Amino acid sequence: MSEAAHLEAHATGHDHAAHDHHTPTGWRRWVLSTNHKDIGIMYLVFSIVAGIVGGLLSGFMRMELQEPGIQIFHGLASMVYGISDPSGSIDAGKQMFNVFTTAHALIMVFFMVMPATMGGFANYFAPLMVGAPDTAFPRINNIAFWLLPVAFILLLMSLFFEGASGSTGFGGGWTVYPPLSTAGHPGPAMDFAILSLHVAGVSSILGAINLITTILNMRAPGMTIHKMPLFAWSVLVTGFLLLLALPVLAGAITMLLTDRNFGTTFFAPEGGGDPVLFQHLFWFFGHPEVYIMILPGFGIVSHIVSTFSRKPIFGYMAMAYAMVAIGFVGFVVWAHHMYTTGMSLDVQRYFVAATMVIAVPTGVKIFSWIATMWGGSITFRLPMLWAIGFIFLFTVGGVTGVVLANAGADRALHDTYYVVAHFHYVLSLGAVFSIFAGWYYWYPKMFGYMYNEFLGKLHFWTMFVGVNLIFFPQHFLGLAGMPRRYIDYPDAFTLWNRVSSVGYYVTFVAMIIFFYATWEASRKKRPAGDNPWGDGATTLEWTLSSPPPFHQFSTLPKIDSTNAH
Amino acid sequence: MVTGQFVRKLGAAATAMLALMPAFASAQEIGKGHPEPGQFHLQQSVTPIMDSIVAFHDGPLMWTITLIVLFVLALLIVIVLRFNAKANPVPARFTHNTLIEVIWTVLPIVVLIIIAIPSFGVLSDQLTVPDGERKFLGANIFSFGEVEVPAASLTIKASGEQWYWNYEYVDDGVAFDSNILGAAVDGYVQTVKPNQPRLLAVDNELIVPVDTTVRMQVTASPSGVIHAFAVPSFGIKIDAVPGRLNETWFNSRETGIFYGQCSELCGKDHAFMPIAVRVVTAEEYQAFITAFKESRDYASAVAVLPAIQ
Repeated sequence: MSEAAHLEAHATGHDHAAHDHHTPTGWRRWVLSTNHKDIGIMYLVFSIVAGIVGGLLSGFMRMELQEPGIQIFHGLASMVYGISDPSGSIDAGKQMFNVFTTAHALIMVFFMVMPATMGGFANYFAPLMVGAPDTAFPRINNIAFWLLPVAFILLLMSLFFEGASGSTGFGGGWTVYPPLSTAGHPGPAMDFAILSLHVAGVSSILGAINLITTILNMRAPGMTIHKMPLFAWSVLVTGFLLLLALPVLAGAITMLLTDRNFGTTFFAPEGGGDPVLFQHLFWFFGHPEVYIMILPGFGIVSHIVSTFSRKPIFGYMAMAYAMVAIGFVGFVVWAHHMYTTGMSLDVQRYFVAATMVIAVPTGVKIFSWIATMWGGSITFRLPMLWAIGFIFLFTVGGVTGVVLANAGADRALHDTYYVVAHFHYVLSLGAVFSIFAGWYYWYPKMFGYMYNEFLGKLHFWTMFVGVNLIFFPQHFLGLAGMPRRYIDYPDAFTLWNRVSSVGYYVTFVAMIIFFYATWEASRKKRPAGDNPWGDGATTLEWTLSSPPPFHQFSTLPKIDSTNAH
Repeated sequence: MVTGQFVRKLGAAATAMLALMPAFASAQEIGKGHPEPGQFHLQQSVTPIMDSIVAFHDGPLMWTITLIVLFVLALLIVIVLRFNAKANPVPARFTHNTLIEVIWTVLPIVVLIIIAIPSFGVLSDQLTVPDGERKFLGANIFSFGEVEVPAASLTIKASGEQWYWNYEYVDDGVAFDSNILGAAVDGYVQTVKPNQPRLLAVDNELIVPVDTTVRMQVTASPSGVIHAFAVPSFGIKIDAVPGRLNETWFNSRETGIFYGQCSELCGKDHAFMPIAVRVVTAEEYQAFITAFKESRDYASAVAVLPAIQ
């Protein structure tokens, strides 16, 4: 609907419901969208596109690491740069590997996981779950989404501009530590990356403000904050994390930008600055960021576990406040990423203790999910498989986090593949499994069609085997001492690297099954019905049609004490 | 043939998965100073610091995390078997149980405190350069320190450059560069020291005496980037930050060559600036450092030591 028509509608005194008869169509429906569900779908599509790019980047890395020696990247580099001299192409290939690791991480964090959870699912389902007709600031919602492709294009452009002298792209890791991100990459690639992060950050902050306001102000009558579904809780906590953490990143990378371009020396020792200062600022954002990626998943999994156990969530209050506690403590543990920077003994002791505290609320969540299932009448439908897979794999990733929390043990494991294995278990297996759980749980609601359950289960089991093959052996590599971000490794590390690469191919097949299953569902058009999951699914989105009407809840639902959470 | 190899490797993988169990972990034969093919364990220790890391990791940490994972897995299996819709058609409706909620909050706290006790000890040892008086934990991580470590008697400054290491014998005022052996175009396959591992072998090893506490000062070129100095079998890893002088220490009880690799992303050749520490007897070290001080030429000084194969 155009602005003029919108104003006219108000001027002539039409009531809100009248808008439903003028649902926009074609490109206007999407590009100009202020509808939280349409914007949610766009976020999900965007996330899938970015995920394909990020996933292919890691494929090149796993192919390279399948054998000791450099087999892939010197060829890639000579194709891209047209270098014929072998030593030149190897040099360019080494840098290109670093560019790929950096881009893989940035894309997966900012353009795949965050858009899927806080963009897609949060936009689509947080308003539905709290009984709101839309988000609080629909136009902010629109701009928040459309900033994201801009940021993504800036990041992709950065790959094609000079970074380190003589090569393109920024290859200093997603942590963008100076001086490698300042003096080490004088070309504009890093400036593009900084701009991309700024734009993505603005997008996330706007999205967070919108969701926080929606959840705090627009809950349906009777839905007190302590009756609110756990997914809405997780989005609320994540929103505050974004709101508080992203400005710190923005400040840090702005200082980086002025160090690079305007002669400041915040992080340059020759001007009295300190490279380690950047690490403190980065991780003050970076550690909450990992909870930003996983908390919405906690919310999703809670609903799925409850739905398919046909049992209310166990320990609702503890579950909600465990997330608040995780979010709060998540802000005071940042320097456990920096145990080897030379911090004093007392500082390291504090961060060990604070970090281990996080294990307690996380344990409460794991055990409460188990207690929710305990005594239940469980149907192992597809979303439930992903949720149970999530619980187990997140536990594995969580306990290796306890190992790494101990600065004394981290001394041997810091910056090795053990760390890579750990954070991929909590993110690539944890967060991503929760995203697939949410996708298969809400797919019938979002699109109105049912997917082929067999194909989905095939996707699950192939992916479960694949990702474990990739990442479990990486614990061994890390224990044996293989450092991260290495294009080539001593021959002793061959075996586990090869297993890991085989795991990638299995996961690749799993992704093809996923795309086929999604295509098949859209072709077969099996109507899903309003609530395909039965009486275990108690949240408000299941009271609506599938897909829900363009504008829902023109009469606000009333929540009484019996249909809470 | 290829399939056969693959099956054997899968077999090896399965064996290794089993062996991750702490009880089996120590059974793997591992070499000293460098990783072994298929290794799934920390590198073998030759210092009191790495002794404590290995004891801490293989002991309290591995037992705790293995048992937690197995416990959660067991609960999930019970749930799948007992609480599926066929076996249990009518779901229970309980949502609270104060006792069990208190237990699963308090019990993890107790476990974490038990972990924290040795953890703080291991950490304190790492960050305290020996003065000759203080006792260190070694492998006795639940003790109050029983291992005698002499005061530091040798100071070495390592500086990370793009992309090699520079070592300075601070007390003697001599320094040298240490570069990876082999060329990129040959995949770093080298013939100078044919028995030394690819990507780990260097032209000039850092020479230190055995049973001596060495104070390592670590920094990076002021105009350079961050690197990290790490030797797994010594249990040390410390960032080399431009403008900062970081400190760590080791005391190796065995002679031999102990390898490490740069452990902070530092650009194109991050994977190609290994660290090699050659621990020799006190007499050999004396002969070496005397010759080095005299000639100020590493190559001629190292010639007084037995050649490396």
